[in-house]
Amino acid sequence: MKLKTLISALASVLLIGSQVAHADKWGDQFPHIAATGDIPGMCSYESMSQKDYSGRTLTINTHAIPVMGEPTALHAEQFEKLTGAKVEVTHTPAGDLYSKAMVPFQAGQAPYDIVFGFSNFINDWKRYLAPVPQEYVDQMDGVSASHKAIASWDGVMYQYPVDGDRHYLKYRKDVIDNPEMQAKYKADTGKELKVPTTWKEYGEMASYFNGWDWDGDGELEYGSAEVMKKDDLMYAAFYSRSVAYAKNESTPGGFFFDLETMEPLINNPGFVEALTDWVDAVNYVPPGGINFGLGDEINSFGGGQTLFSFSWDDAFVAAMQPDSPIANQVGAAQLPGADKVWNRDNGMWDAKYNQAPFFVWGWAVGVAGKSENKDVAFDYLCFFANGANHQADIGIGRFGVNPFMEEDFKADVWTQIGWDADIAQSYVDTLADMEKSTNRVFPLRVPGTFEFNSALATGTAKALAGQLSPQEALDEVYAEWVSILDRVGADNVRDAYAVGVKMEDNEL
Amino acid sequence: MNFKHKYVFLLPGLIVLIGILIFPIIFTVRLSLSGWNSFNPGLDFIGLKNYIRLFTDDPRFWQSFFRLSFLAITTVFLQYIIGFALAHMVWKDIKFKRFFRVLFLIPMMTTPVIMTVIWRTFFHESLGPLNDFLSIFGVQPPWLSSPGLAKVSIIVVEVWQWTSFMFLLMLAGLLSLPKEPFLAAAVDGASPFKKFIYVTFPLMAPISIGAIIIRLIEASKIMDTVFVLTSGGPGTSTETSSFFIFIKGLREFQMGYAATASFTYLIIMIISLTIIVKVLTKVLMRE
Repeated sequence: MKLKTLISALASVLLIGSQVAHADKWGDQFPHIAATGDIPGMCSYESMSQKDYSGRTLTINTHAIPVMGEPTALHAEQFEKLTGAKVEVTHTPAGDLYSKAMVPFQAGQAPYDIVFGFSNFINDWKRYLAPVPQEYVDQMDGVSASHKAIASWDGVMYQYPVDGDRHYLKYRKDVIDNPEMQAKYKADTGKELKVPTTWKEYGEMASYFNGWDWDGDGELEYGSAEVMKKDDLMYAAFYSRSVAYAKNESTPGGFFFDLETMEPLINNPGFVEALTDWVDAVNYVPPGGINFGLGDEINSFGGGQTLFSFSWDDAFVAAMQPDSPIANQVGAAQLPGADKVWNRDNGMWDAKYNQAPFFVWGWAVGVAGKSENKDVAFDYLCFFANGANHQADIGIGRFGVNPFMEEDFKADVWTQIGWDADIAQSYVDTLADMEKSTNRVFPLRVPGTFEFNSALATGTAKALAGQLSPQEALDEVYAEWVSILDRVGADNVRDAYAVGVKMEDNEL
Repeated sequence: MNFKHKYVFLLPGLIVLIGILIFPIIFTVRLSLSGWNSFNPGLDFIGLKNYIRLFTDDPRFWQSFFRLSFLAITTVFLQYIIGFALAHMVWKDIKFKRFFRVLFLIPMMTTPVIMTVIWRTFFHESLGPLNDFLSIFGVQPPWLSSPGLAKVSIIVVEVWQWTSFMFLLMLAGLLSLPKEPFLAAAVDGASPFKKFIYVTFPLMAPISIGAIIIRLIEASKIMDTVFVLTSGGPGTSTETSSFFIFIKGLREFQMGYAATASFTYLIIMIISLTIIVKVLTKVLMRE
């Protein structure tokens, strides 16, 4: 019996040992996945090493380093070593990703086999992209249903899921949960210091904690870091602030437009209230904060410069990295809401608490329909998002790879990389609650998306700079949106917008 | 020998001229008459619709044009004054003349985009060295967040980058001047100031006009500095014509409309620069 047990134990050790050795084999060769080793799958390191793409050249247009650009280049290098393919990576600023693909697309060319962009490009890009082959879709068991839907149009997947983004609130836990700070805030303002649940509270707290050294590091700290730079995704930040005032669950049928009439809603009192708050925010962002792009916001909050921030996961993950000065001192929560929400049906404010998550989605990537290397391209993307790479990538804030797999919403994934259990739990709860919400807003995915968002960025930027009042700025945006509808065709926009409205109205 | 063969030798040059100059202009005109955008790619024909929109319904284009005029005239004026002064300084026999001549040319030899990134870091309001230094005196100007100071920042970068070019042209001009008028002025006992006003400056007038026009043409295309330093902001306070056209064409993908703005801008620039040349010639070469 004892011998049997011994043999059995020995066999187990050998079996486990062989698996560890298997993991180590790839982990040793590729330090990026040292923590997990290879994870079996259709596009694992092991599977890719059996492919031979010698003599083939893959061209990729991706974002500038680091956000998405760094993982693209890293996985390209790994892919080259495993398959023998040559991968040429071009890095492009975020604002130019769209046109760098669109110009050759419209000219009938495919200088890049793979093009990175944002998921809201899908409507404009889909006719130039190759659908993701079914065998790749079939192995995406772990990808959340909402992200599969985001990457698809009319049931056909055009964008390979590599990232999943949403906007939420990030705050300094060491301040907000600090009893001394709470007492001081109460004494000075008569109000409770807590995680803000409305944008008004957010503004009050951010103003209070603006311009003094509240963490004792010898540097001045500020209230909030936000993406306010025109043409650097600021439109998304504005939508995040607007949803609380303008997304009313009791008035379905569109957030950006009234789906029935295609009347833009962008200058209604809900949006104006949000812009008025945002103009106030100029007073509690760090010096120069009005020119902060996404990278600045990540560095500012992640570097411990501000009390609050809201936008993509990157700032939160950057703040939680071991080398961050505020590691394990940050918390995540839903975007603040509002004590009133605009009711466009009766033209009055509904006096009720309203909160709406904003799913900005995120990075998306497709394979050019005219590419002659589709097989290599899809294998590369599949490899990019394989289990081992994904696990490693989501823990590095600057990579810009954020949760979109079911297992990412488990706290264990995050505690394993050093996060405190309560922070990990609040983070996954925040993400999961957004998935559950029935009052969500999805980004505009219609023909001419860029024109609409650019017009909004210009108008709101004018308000932030004091060139126009919030109402004047949004009236200008309204007029511009009307003329875009006229040029693109209201019916064309309606057809595409209806898909997003169905998702917002919980009909999909 | 067939005399007509000489035309064959002109053909390579003609093809290049058509390929790189005539065709793009004709294509731009054709594009400007189309509604090419992200949804409707292609050269459809919409007549003068884009031109009507530009002239009657787009104050942003005209605002960016007047802003550009201000920035171009201010920067070129400052470049001319400083460049001429520096050239005049090293034209004389001073110590380390060669060193200074090379030193003053360095900004022009650097890559504009990279230097603008460095300037942006320099002007950074919370982390930049400039405000770090100024905080000693209790001031922290919002270099890139205030509409007025953002324009000043652009002017500073442009003047720093391109004064060298003006310096180079003016120095070349000074070195080519005849010595006799200066000798005559010295014999007449003219002071250095009078020598400059009555001899140097008039003799330099043709070169000055050429240098100013070359720089005005370049300055009227200000793009990289604006793109990197301010992205046209805050708001639209530093948006110039070329940046506006870039936004419309390559960000919003309104290719037809961007071509309209581009062609209109070209015509305006040709007319403006012709008038400026005439005015400068009249003013600077009146004697």
